[in-house]
Amino acid sequence: MSEGISQPDQPEILEGGDTDLFSKFDDIINLRQGLLASGQEDPFNLVMEKVLSPTRAICNGRDTILLGTYNYMGMTFDPEVIEAGEQAMRDYGTGTTGSRVLNGTYQGHKECEDALLDFYGMDHAMVFSTGYLANLGIISTIAGKGDYIILDIDSHASIWDGCAMGNAEVVPFKHNDVEAMAKRLKRVPEGAGKLVILEGVYSMLGDVAPLKEMVRIAKEHGAMVLVDEAHSMGFIGENGRGVCEAAGVIDDCDFIIGTFSKSVGTVGGFCVSNHPKFDIMRLVCRPYVFTASLPPSVVATAATSIRKLMHGSNKRAHLWENSKNLHKGLRDLGFTLGTDEPESAIIAVIMPDLEQGAAMWEALLKEGLYVNLARPPATPANMTLLRCSLCAEHSEEEVRTILGMFERAGKKTGIL
Amino acid sequence: MDRADVDTRIRTALEPFNKKGVEVSDATTFQNDLEFDSLTVMDFVAEIEDEFDIIISMNQQAEIENYGQLVDAVTKMAGDA
Repeated sequence: MSEGISQPDQPEILEGGDTDLFSKFDDIINLRQGLLASGQEDPFNLVMEKVLSPTRAICNGRDTILLGTYNYMGMTFDPEVIEAGEQAMRDYGTGTTGSRVLNGTYQGHKECEDALLDFYGMDHAMVFSTGYLANLGIISTIAGKGDYIILDIDSHASIWDGCAMGNAEVVPFKHNDVEAMAKRLKRVPEGAGKLVILEGVYSMLGDVAPLKEMVRIAKEHGAMVLVDEAHSMGFIGENGRGVCEAAGVIDDCDFIIGTFSKSVGTVGGFCVSNHPKFDIMRLVCRPYVFTASLPPSVVATAATSIRKLMHGSNKRAHLWENSKNLHKGLRDLGFTLGTDEPESAIIAVIMPDLEQGAAMWEALLKEGLYVNLARPPATPANMTLLRCSLCAEHSEEEVRTILGMFERAGKKTGIL
Repeated sequence: MDRADVDTRIRTALEPFNKKGVEVSDATTFQNDLEFDSLTVMDFVAEIEDEFDIIISMNQQAEIENYGQLVDAVTKMAGDA
């Protein structure tokens, strides 16, 4: 008879002091504790107690202007969008409790995919549960063993994770460097499948990719092209289809990946494509198959919002004005910005270091302004950034107020 | 191209990246001895790729920890090309 039950098969006290699987996180734990010990409010633990509109919330007890939400088109409180969501929840319930390929495809999911087909003018659309899953799923599935992925070194985490999950050879090139991309494409062994992955807008600095040249060169080398337009959908391009539309190369993009969690104003992700065999993805793409589909209310709000974005040219024009005004105002105050000219709805303010960046972030929060604090390793070149993302619902006056807040906080922290 | 030639050319390409002037042997590691961060790795790999007109994918880079392994890998790739 075994006595094993009363005898643990591992020592109860771990050998080697306090070392366990969490020890690898000690550096980041110490960094965070150091910041908080200096009296800093935790930039990564902010709670919005009330959300008043796409541009205002009560954050940590303060009335706050939101300038870091990616809510570019301000659709989150649109009455028609809310009504569509409420109706769908009443008609179809709170959730699907199932995968898209089993019991999780409702009428609303088809209508949401139809809205995307109309928005992009493409043949196929596939809705995922998040934008992260859309990149993870499409990239890991289409690029297999022996294929080559050529991608920008500053690609989003979801793109890198899609590469890591697949078996393709992964070859990065220097950010937005057309020549570096071309050289790598040229060196791919003959006969190997090639996928070039680009983003329309890079979210850290708010800069735009030279898609016109890059897509042309990729096509000349026989590569398929995937463009992530998460930060440009709804805003950039005549119809809001993204940088690829503005650059005139949308017809040469094999896959466009996007999200509902920015301009669309809810949550979810998608891929649109004209590839004749695209629909097979629904059966072979594991992050599509092995997760529950979006709730009926979410796909209803997304579909309604996407159709409204098709007619959003006035809002797009106002958002460009906001972006230009904020960019010019911050530059005139003396801040260092991520781009020389405003290229998107993201304006990145470069901080001297993490400590001063965190102090500036906190000073802005106390002024009543929320921006994103971005720090290494998420940032390029180990920069600390205060990222501002504008909304079409910010008024001209609000942008002026924001500039006043930046000026006071900048002087208070000694950055200006 | 033999291993000695590859070694000479990589050694020259490495010089500007070897900021602290670490003495380089086959056992010298990029991460610990040369203190390469991810950005330096990218720039250095790009130099080597251009020098030999090859691709060193991230999958291959994961197998290369020290200088000697890089020289071996490049010798093989340049020979196959």
